[in-house]
Amino acid sequence: MLDSIFIYLIIFGTLLGAMTGAALLIWFERRLLGFLQDRLGPNRVGPFGIGLALADIIKLFAKEDWVPPFADKFVFIFAPTAVMVAMLLGFAVLPYAPGIYIVDINIALLFFLGMTSLAVYSVLLGGLASHNKFALLGGLRSAAQMVSYEVFMGLSLMGVVMLSGSFSLVDIVNAQENLWFVVSQFLGFIVFVIAGIAESHRLPFDLPEAEHELVAGFHTEYSGMKFGMFMVGEYLGVILISSMIATIFFGGWLGPDFLPPIFWFGLKTFLIICFFVLLRAAIPRPRYDQLMSFGWKVMLPLTLINLMVTGAVALWLESQV
Amino acid sequence: MIKMITSQLNTLWQIFKHLFMRAETVAYPEQMPYLAPRYRGRIVLTRDPDGVERCVACNLCAVACPVDCIALQKTEDEDGRWYPEFFRINFSRCIMCGFCEEACPTYAIQLTPDFEMAEYDRQNMVYEKEHLLIDGPGKYPDYSFYAIAGKAIGGKDKGQALNEAPPVDVRSLLP
Repeated sequence: MLDSIFIYLIIFGTLLGAMTGAALLIWFERRLLGFLQDRLGPNRVGPFGIGLALADIIKLFAKEDWVPPFADKFVFIFAPTAVMVAMLLGFAVLPYAPGIYIVDINIALLFFLGMTSLAVYSVLLGGLASHNKFALLGGLRSAAQMVSYEVFMGLSLMGVVMLSGSFSLVDIVNAQENLWFVVSQFLGFIVFVIAGIAESHRLPFDLPEAEHELVAGFHTEYSGMKFGMFMVGEYLGVILISSMIATIFFGGWLGPDFLPPIFWFGLKTFLIICFFVLLRAAIPRPRYDQLMSFGWKVMLPLTLINLMVTGAVALWLESQV
Repeated sequence: MIKMITSQLNTLWQIFKHLFMRAETVAYPEQMPYLAPRYRGRIVLTRDPDGVERCVACNLCAVACPVDCIALQKTEDEDGRWYPEFFRINFSRCIMCGFCEEACPTYAIQLTPDFEMAEYDRQNMVYEKEHLLIDGPGKYPDYSFYAIAGKAIGGKDKGQALNEAPPVDVRSLLP
């Protein structure tokens, strides 16, 4: 009985935390971007401008929720929900601290990869249902980009799986007791970060949106809360990918004992989110063909090399014992 | 390839350093930006050191104005001094180019370092003479047009202006 209440509490906390985090990230990202560009960023509403998150939500809710007459209505409404549901489901397998997780399934990593892949449908369907050439181009790009980056996003994690011997995220964190995987799997880490950025289509890999070329990409026709759900889905994706990087490569909740484990998990996730914002401020968007050739000609071979070397070393270590 | 990677990392580092630099932002309503004395802002009409309005209603400013936002009508007082009967500037049109100030032969019209002229009602952007006229001489404290101009007005005849020679009697044969 007590156990099930505890689980419900964690589920509720995750939902609340993720949604609040995503809303606050709207404010935080703009603030940090401001500082990185020698500006102050939004600082008017409430202390440090934190009320901007609330103001943005009110604005999105108050806007006219409009479906264009030429759009495919069902798919048009389904698309933004898909990204949010997929991203929120991804949080289900995330371990926050020892004993504090919703589920610890033995295919957690695969589940996470599957959920982030589902997000591509949202972008693709959103672009397709809009009946708008810019939206269609955005959806087209996102499909190609996500499908190709999906390949080595999964492969880059296989080194970690080999070393820890499990797909379960709790086991992966426990396997980093002595050494974080960011050291032993550095190549895998780099590839996963780049693929993660592409997967959450953040700058510099925001080609599906590419506001300078494609108006607003796949969500050109969206307004009001449907646009808001794309937005929240994107920020949820950022939080999810960041916490996954923290869990898989930076030892999740592991850290010195003077603070609770969940704090270390939060701190690592926060720092990685900051790095995502820094990337957005610093790196320009590549051309589309550059993006594709970078993925297939550089990242995929790197991942395969990493995989082979890790496999060989793992086998050699086993033979030593 | 290596150069590509290092260049990207260098960019990241350079941008990261900006996190610790001072922001260029001037938080405007609380913190007023510095405006140079010759900043071209709100237009005023000035008075000469005696407190009489400088404008002689010559219409040069209205002619010079590229957006035709100045309107005025000349009239005369009992001394023969010209002055504008009305002087109207439509600030919803004004582009603060300063051509009127350059055209003005009497330093009457001047631009000031002030730009806070926002209004809720467009009609309020039209400034009449009483809104434009200020009490002081503006940027040229000692200049008085009628004191140095050759025009005869009541209380000052020909030849009585500053540095002006007495008028020559062209009908006289005396040297």
